[in-house]
Amino acid sequence: MIKSYKVRRFVTNAFVYILLGGLGLIWISPLVYLVLHSFRDEGLAYVSYLIPQKLSFQNYIDLFTVTKESSMNFPRWFMNTFIVAIFSCIISTLAVMMVSYAFSRLRFKARKPLINIGMILGMFPGFMTMIAIYYLLKAMGLLEMPLVALIICYSAGAGLGYQISKGFFDTIPRALDEAATIDGATRNQIFWKIILPMSKPILVYTVLTSFIGPWTDFILAKIIVGKDIPNYTVAIGLQMLIDADHVLNNFKKFLAGSVVVAVPITTLFLIMQRYYVEGVTAGGVKG
Amino acid sequence: MKYIDYIQLNPFQKLGYNLKNFFVNLPKNAGKFFKAIGNFFKRFFVGIGKGFAGFFSRFIKGDWATKLSYIIMGFGNIVRGQVVKGLLFLATEVLFILYMIGFGWDKIYNLGFFNNGTIGFNEEGYGINPVTGRPGRIEGDDSMKLLLYGVMTLVIIAIFIVIYVANTKSAYKAQQTKAAGEKLPGFLDELKEFFDSKFHVTLLAFPTLTISIFTILPLLFMILIAFTNYDHSHIGKLFSWVGFETFGKVFTNTGAASMGKTFVELVKWTLIWAVLATVLNYILGMVVALMINKKGIKLKALWRTLFVVTVAVPQFVSLLLMSQMLDVNGGAINVLLHNVLHWTPGYIDFLGGDPWVARVTVIVVNIWVGIPYTILITSGILMNIPADLYESATIDGAGPVKSFFKITLPYMLFVTTPYLITSFVGNINNFNVIYLLTSNLQNSNDLYQAGYTDLLVTWLFKLTMNSQDYNFAAAIGILVFIVCATVSLITFNLTKSAKNEEEFS
Repeated sequence: MIKSYKVRRFVTNAFVYILLGGLGLIWISPLVYLVLHSFRDEGLAYVSYLIPQKLSFQNYIDLFTVTKESSMNFPRWFMNTFIVAIFSCIISTLAVMMVSYAFSRLRFKARKPLINIGMILGMFPGFMTMIAIYYLLKAMGLLEMPLVALIICYSAGAGLGYQISKGFFDTIPRALDEAATIDGATRNQIFWKIILPMSKPILVYTVLTSFIGPWTDFILAKIIVGKDIPNYTVAIGLQMLIDADHVLNNFKKFLAGSVVVAVPITTLFLIMQRYYVEGVTAGGVKG
Repeated sequence: MKYIDYIQLNPFQKLGYNLKNFFVNLPKNAGKFFKAIGNFFKRFFVGIGKGFAGFFSRFIKGDWATKLSYIIMGFGNIVRGQVVKGLLFLATEVLFILYMIGFGWDKIYNLGFFNNGTIGFNEEGYGINPVTGRPGRIEGDDSMKLLLYGVMTLVIIAIFIVIYVANTKSAYKAQQTKAAGEKLPGFLDELKEFFDSKFHVTLLAFPTLTISIFTILPLLFMILIAFTNYDHSHIGKLFSWVGFETFGKVFTNTGAASMGKTFVELVKWTLIWAVLATVLNYILGMVVALMINKKGIKLKALWRTLFVVTVAVPQFVSLLLMSQMLDVNGGAINVLLHNVLHWTPGYIDFLGGDPWVARVTVIVVNIWVGIPYTILITSGILMNIPADLYESATIDGAGPVKSFFKITLPYMLFVTTPYLITSFVGNINNFNVIYLLTSNLQNSNDLYQAGYTDLLVTWLFKLTMNSQDYNFAAAIGILVFIVCATVSLITFNLTKSAKNEEEFS
C-alpha cells in the first residue's frame, strides 16, 4: 500500500515536471530567440532556421555607433526615456501617495464624491482623450519641448491611480494616527513620519510602476513627439525600426535594442517582484 | 431554499438556481439600481439647493462689509483685518475679470449660441477680407481650437464660482467671529491649518489641478465632440452641434462597410475576447501556479522565474517580437513549423489571413502574456488555502481535478472577485495586445476602418488617427465607458468587499 502510494506520487510528480518543463520552454523560448538572434551576424531580417550560424556583437555596436539625425539615434533615445522616466517617476509617486493618504486617512466632506469621480474618470478609455491632449499641449506651446510634454502627460493623471495604495493605507491601524495626534503631531507630520515609512512595499511598487511606464508606453509618445526622430523614446524608436520601410535592414538592431531596454527593466522587476505582489494584493484583492 | 440544501446541489443545479434567482430578482435589483441613481441626483440637487440657500441667507444676515464682498471679493476680510487673505480674493476677482474681457467671453460667444450651432463664424476660403476690405483669402476660424478654449473657459468659470462662494463664506465667518468678540486668526495661523485640520486641501490641490487640466478638460472636450459633426469631411472647416445624430449613425446599418455593421461585429468580438481572455488566463494561470506550488516539486523559484520573466519584459518588446515571430514571410514560428518540424506545407498567415485564425492567434498570444500575471497574483493566496481542506478531500477520494473545482476555485473566486472585475474591464480596454500584434496589417474591406481582430478601443484609435472621424471616436469612447461602468457598478454592488471599506481600520 505504502509502496503504491509512493509510486503514484512519483508518477504524478514526474507528470507535473514534464508539463512544467514543456510550458516553461514555450514561455521562455521567444525571449531566448530574442537574445540569441540579437547576436546573429549573418542574414537580414528573417532566416529560415532557428539557431544563428555565426554570433557577434556587431548589432550592439551598430546600435550605439550608427547614429543618423534623420533616422536613428539609439543612445539619444535611451537618454530621453531615462530623463522622462526619472522626472515622471518622482512627480507621480508624490501625487499617488498624497492622494491615497488623503482618501484613506483623512475625513472631509468632499471625500466620497471625489473618490467616486476618480473611479468614474478611470472608466473612460484612455485613448479617447489623446487627441484632445495633443491639441491642448499644442495650444500651450509645449509640443516644441516634447520631453517636457511627455513628463507632464505621464505624471498629470497619476493621482487617479490611488486605488492600490489607498487599499494598502486602509490596512494600517488607525490607532497609530490617534496615538500620534494625542502626542501633538499634525497630520502633515503623521504623513511623513509615520505612514510613509510604514508603506515601503507600496512605495516601491508605485516608484517601480511609474518608472517603467515611460519605457513601455508608446501610443501617447508617438502622438506627441510625431516625426521629431531625435526626441523619440526607446519604445517609438524601436517600433520605427521594424515598420515596413525599415524592417529589412534594422530587424537585428531592433532585437539588440530590445535586449538593451529589457535587461535593466527585467532585472529591476525580478528584484522588486515581492513588492509588486504585495502591492497588487494589498489593494486589489480583498475577501 | 436553505443554505444546507443549496450546498448539496450539483454544480449545474447550483448554476440553474443562481440563474433563476438572478432573473427573479432582476426587477427588484434593477429597481434598487435606479433608485440609487435617483438618490444620487436627489442628493446632488438638494446639496446645490442648500448651497444657494446658504449663499442668500449669508447675504441677508451679513452686515454692509459682508454684503459688499458679494461684489468686491475679499472686502469683508480686509475690513476685519485679514488683509492678505482679502487681497488674495481681490486679486482672483481682478484676474478673472481681465481674463473674461480679454479672452474668455469671446470664446463663449463663439461656442455656437449665436450662430445656429456652428462653432466659430468665419469659414476659410475666398471672399471679402474684413480687415483689408479687399477680396482675397480669408483665414477661417478653427472650430476645434475654439471649442477647446470654450471648454477651458467654462472650467475656469466653474473654479471661479467655487472661490467666489468661499469668499462669501469667509467674509460671513469673519463677521460672526468679530461679533462674538473673538480674535480672528491671522494669515500665518490659517496657513498652518493647511498642514493639520485642512491637510487634505494641501495634499489634493496639486493632483486635482493637473487632473483637471489634463484629464477632465480633455474628457469634457471629447464628450462634447461626440455631439458635433466633426468627422473627416470637416477637417479645416467649421463644425456644428448635431445632438445625438452621431450616435444614431454608429447604430445605422446601411451600405457595405457601414458603421453599424462594424460596430455590431466589434462589440461581439470585444465581449468574446474579454470573457475568454479573463477566464482562460485566470483558470490556466491558477493551474500552473498550483503545479509550481505542489508539494514535492523542487526548484520552485526557477519555475516561477521562468514564467515571471515574461511579465518583466516590457510589453512592447515582447509583443512586437511576437508579431515579428508570427510574420507570414518567415517569422520564427513559421520557420519552426515549416522548415524545422515540417508540420505545415507552407507559411501560415497567422494575423493577416482568415479572421478566425487571427482571433485565435491573438487569444493564444494573450494567454502567453497573461498567465504569468495570474501566477504572480494568485501564488500567495493559493498558499493560504488551508492544507487540511485538501487532505480531507484526498481521504474522501477526490482527485486533483475535483479538488480544484470544489476547493481551489470557490475559495479563489471568493477572494479575488475585485481582481477579476478589474481584469475584465482591463481586457475590454486591452489596447496593447491587439494593437502591437496587428498594427502592421491592412483593415478589412467589409468593415469601416477596422480589421476583424480590432476591439472597440483599437477601432477608436484608428478612427482618431487614420480616418480623423473624431466625433465617431468620441461616441464609441462614451459607449465603452457605459459598458465598463455598468459592469463595474453591478459587480461591485454584488460583492461585499466594496462596502466594507473601513473593516480593516
